[in-house]
Amino acid sequence: MDIERFTDIIARFLAVSGKILPDDIVKKLAELKAAEHMPLAKSVYDSMSRNQDLAASLDRPSCQDTGVVNFFVSAGENFPGLGKIAGALREAVVRATAEAPLRHNTVAIFDEKNDGTNVGERAPFVHWDIVPGSDKVKVETYMAGGGCSLPGRAITLMPSAGYEGIVQYVFDTMVDWGINACPPLLIGIGIAGSVENASILSKRALLRPLGSHNPNPRGAEMEGLLEDGLNRLGIGPQGLSGSSSVMGVHIESAARHPSTISVGINVGCWAHRRGAIVLDKDLSYEILSHKGVRL
Amino acid sequence: MNKVLRTPISDSDLEDIRIGDVIYMDGILVTCRDVAHRRLIEFHRELPVDLKGLAIFHAGPIVKKLPDGKYQMVSIGPTTSMRMERFEKEFVRQTGVKIIVGKGGMAEETEEACRTYKALHCVFPGGCAVLAATEVEEIERVEWMDLGMPESLWVNRVKGFGPLIVSIDAHGNNLFKKNKAVFNERKDRLVAEISEKVRFIQ
Ligand code: SF4
Repeated sequence: MDIERFTDIIARFLAVSGKILPDDIVKKLAELKAAEHMPLAKSVYDSMSRNQDLAASLDRPSCQDTGVVNFFVSAGENFPGLGKIAGALREAVVRATAEAPLRHNTVAIFDEKNDGTNVGERAPFVHWDIVPGSDKVKVETYMAGGGCSLPGRAITLMPSAGYEGIVQYVFDTMVDWGINACPPLLIGIGIAGSVENASILSKRALLRPLGSHNPNPRGAEMEGLLEDGLNRLGIGPQGLSGSSSVMGVHIESAARHPSTISVGINVGCWAHRRGAIVLDKDLSYEILSHKGVRL
Repeated sequence: MNKVLRTPISDSDLEDIRIGDVIYMDGILVTCRDVAHRRLIEFHRELPVDLKGLAIFHAGPIVKKLPDGKYQMVSIGPTTSMRMERFEKEFVRQTGVKIIVGKGGMAEETEEACRTYKALHCVFPGGCAVLAATEVEEIERVEWMDLGMPESLWVNRVKGFGPLIVSIDAHGNNLFKKNKAVFNERKDRLVAEISEKVRFIQ
């Protein structure tokens, strides 16, 4: 596997993903804009679409906060050079930082220094999955901005609180913190037996394409109920009131302990800079999130 | 016609403006966020820019240095204003700044500052950073570069800068506070309604 080429592809893909939103998000924002009737909210949607047009034509990051980069790698067990991927992803962030450019965002814990590279201790954070029988690798990229990371939180509830407790927690988070996170938001919820698992799942939930559903019928039903309910809060774009509040609600789950029900929440802002690219072993690639984009 | 404010802005310019109005501005807009506020208020350091009658922007931009030594604004959008709430009242009093631009609302102290010292808090749509950058005509100078790119004071000359949605007016009305009361009231009803349908533990 040509690791130099792999690095180059990821660096260029990262740069693009900071400038152009994924297809599903573009489509959803257009739908929400069309359905909006409050004048103030409409004018905000107008600014958003003008901004995305300018970002594409001037080739610039659409939001100045290009976040701290997270990678989710689904590695086929037969993909060659698995051991080199983490290093290549790190190098790709350094290159994209200079070339895109990305804002200098990584601050070292304790030393409180920002060396301007966007890499550092466990940054970029890389999450791994092994895919049996496959010789491809899927790399999902996510730029976690400050505004949309702020509402993130997790809690372990007692079973007596039930799923009703999750509903309350989601609505509290949305009203208290969601307003500042540049709505309309994508809401990711993880349900598990302990907070770290719930939290990871809540971030994974944000990577699911819009329109996908939790595989469990009750899970899918709960996603729908929350989406409808949060929209009826009427938070609107930028929290200025409007006909909707969210682009979607995604729930991911893992079996829990009988005594606990943990819930994690992560939100994605309207500028949801998520990318998904699949590379096969000879490094030809397919971009899943941004069809028609060339690197 | 859109209302356009030009710096230097006087108290009387703000009198007829109300929350929910959309305005634009021409003139000088200076980026000023967490550490700059802290330096002035907690460390009593003098700001290197006289903000009287001007506007500040809670923002950390991406800026490019050009071969001729000038700077180009690449991408600049608002950051969460609430982080500056602790300092803002004193900041407005000491500087005489007239417009604070950011995102999300601000709370009681800023409300009081806007009422007492006649100022506005406005929202520039978050995430619209290229749009904002194209409304910057020129970066006139930069101060406190030791703070790094996002935190430096970038002194921008802007033209038609907006849309700026007024969230706190010079009479102390607060759009986000009003909205939040409505959201909270709806929340209780909605949570009760949905909870009925997710009683999966039986
Ligand atoms: S919340 Fe998202 S769109 Fe808003 S400023 Fe942060 S990264 Fe940009």
